[in-house]
Amino acid sequence: MSYELNGKVIEHDEEGYIVDIEQWSEELANVIAVQEEIEMNDEHWEVVNFLREYYQEYQIAPAVRVLIKAMKKAFGEEKGNNKYMYNLFPYGPAKQACKIAGLPKPTGCI
Amino acid sequence: MAKKEFHIPELTGHTEVPDIVDGAMAHCRPFVAGAEHQEALGFPGELVEGWEQKAIAKLGELLERNRALRVYLDTCVKCGACADKCHYFLGTGDPKNMPVARQDLLREVYRRYFTLSGRLAPRMVGAKDLTKEVLDDWYTYFHQCSQCRRCSVFCPYGIDTAEISMAAREIMDHIGLGQKYSNEIIAKVHKIGNNLGLPPRALENTLEGLEEDVKEETGVDVRFPLDVEGAEIMLVSPSADFFAEPHVDGLIGYAKVFHQAGVSWTISSHASEAANFAMFIGSYEHMRRIAGRIREAARQLGVRRIVFGECGHAWRAGYSFLNTLAGPWDFLDSRYPVPQHICEFTYDLIGRGALGLDASANDDMTVTYHDSCNVARASRMGEAPGGQFHIPRELIKASVNRFVDMDPETTHGKTFCCGGGGGLLTDDLLELRVKGARPRMQALKEVVEEEGVTHIAAICAICKSQFSTVLPHYGFEMDMTVSLHQLVGNAIRLGAKE
Repeated sequence: MSYELNGKVIEHDEEGYIVDIEQWSEELANVIAVQEEIEMNDEHWEVVNFLREYYQEYQIAPAVRVLIKAMKKAFGEEKGNNKYMYNLFPYGPAKQACKIAGLPKPTGCI
Repeated sequence: MAKKEFHIPELTGHTEVPDIVDGAMAHCRPFVAGAEHQEALGFPGELVEGWEQKAIAKLGELLERNRALRVYLDTCVKCGACADKCHYFLGTGDPKNMPVARQDLLREVYRRYFTLSGRLAPRMVGAKDLTKEVLDDWYTYFHQCSQCRRCSVFCPYGIDTAEISMAAREIMDHIGLGQKYSNEIIAKVHKIGNNLGLPPRALENTLEGLEEDVKEETGVDVRFPLDVEGAEIMLVSPSADFFAEPHVDGLIGYAKVFHQAGVSWTISSHASEAANFAMFIGSYEHMRRIAGRIREAARQLGVRRIVFGECGHAWRAGYSFLNTLAGPWDFLDSRYPVPQHICEFTYDLIGRGALGLDASANDDMTVTYHDSCNVARASRMGEAPGGQFHIPRELIKASVNRFVDMDPETTHGKTFCCGGGGGLLTDDLLELRVKGARPRMQALKEVVEEEGVTHIAAICAICKSQFSTVLPHYGFEMDMTVSLHQLVGNAIRLGAKE
């Protein structure tokens, strides 16, 4: 189970989350996004970048609410809501966006 | 890899008994735990050599320790009362999802090795050797049981399929065949304190953010205290309440209730999880370790009371087992139940007229209530029998003007599982979850069409997440599911004096 990027093999788990988060790159994010059938635009990148920054600081992805607040700030009320997040990432902003951002899958009753 | 195609059952009207389709769900199995997640719990990293004998030995040990298990395995008379009571059978038509057939997977092996007739004439009494094929069936079908115990309500002998599925999972863990979802989570609780793996600093940041949000919305300084020594109450909540929607709105509701009650309270970063997934895998040892964190935190913070947030199986572990697992609790205030449910706490305030509620705040909703299986069938709430049904409904009625119950065949003690309980709330079982939700979705559809219901409230983190995921598969909006204390929180008149 791995992605291939420029001849390099990057391991992932059963669901496509990369095993070593240090191996992430923007190029890899695009590769993962293709598999997820997502075409990355500015808003997708805003989410991915925010997740990564938050993770750097707190060692976990932010709560959906925190993410939405940040998106509201960046793109306004119309795009800063749960529904819009699901438009961007149909399998959930927490899980699918984390996968593209190279972060571990959030676990628990979520 | 995101998409998996499968047929979504139609909501046709009344839930009928489906046609039987042999092996309909044989392909649907959760990811097996890798060595990393197994060994973190002290289980073998992979299927061990001589697993057959070891599994039989473990079963023998469980039979010694748990007399009820032996009774359940001995008693079934194949009357068939349970056959059409399981939501997974109703949603999939797979005959191995009939509770009796699920039990038989373990019962056949029990008979072969632990009864005289099974040892002497196995074929005469439906006894079977434990083969790889049988083990595969165990792994598949004991992970298609959400341990909701609806079948046992209808069983004339009260045979508890949940106990059997817990025992089977415990055996499988001990021979190196664990489930990734549950075992990874349990290890996280041991290491970090909650299912999410939310470290204290992130928790602190989350709670500060909520204080800002509530202040912005209401103008009132509602606190979300963390690790406050000497607080009266420690709130133990599912960590989904810090992370997911609509769970967070429930947490905001609890905070508003505490604020209005004028009582000091705190969340603990050490015991930042009410859920106890060790129950799902039947591991007494890990249940004890998880519950032990609550005791340690209560001691360390010097609190006088423990209140549990909205979490279904946590309430079973709390109400039914907490004393055995981590008691005695003689250092807490004996005038209050240990633990107390947040619904009991709020109900008591309402009864004393100490909470000003304006139900018109929820006039944009017509609400129904989903009884979560572990609350409904494995616990009580308050002082009177049936409190676990009555109290949540009374809280909704006090907070919402339009409340409607679903078909009584699907509520109270006969409630249907949401489809995601018992350690099955994982994406690798999505097909099972969607299909298993069918009976609940059917009952919901009826009240949506006939009574104009717009929202379904629950008091379980799993139910809420499961509904958010499966509702869109049945043509509903994902945000149709709400936390009970979200409704209370909307209705509370903060700062108002009676």
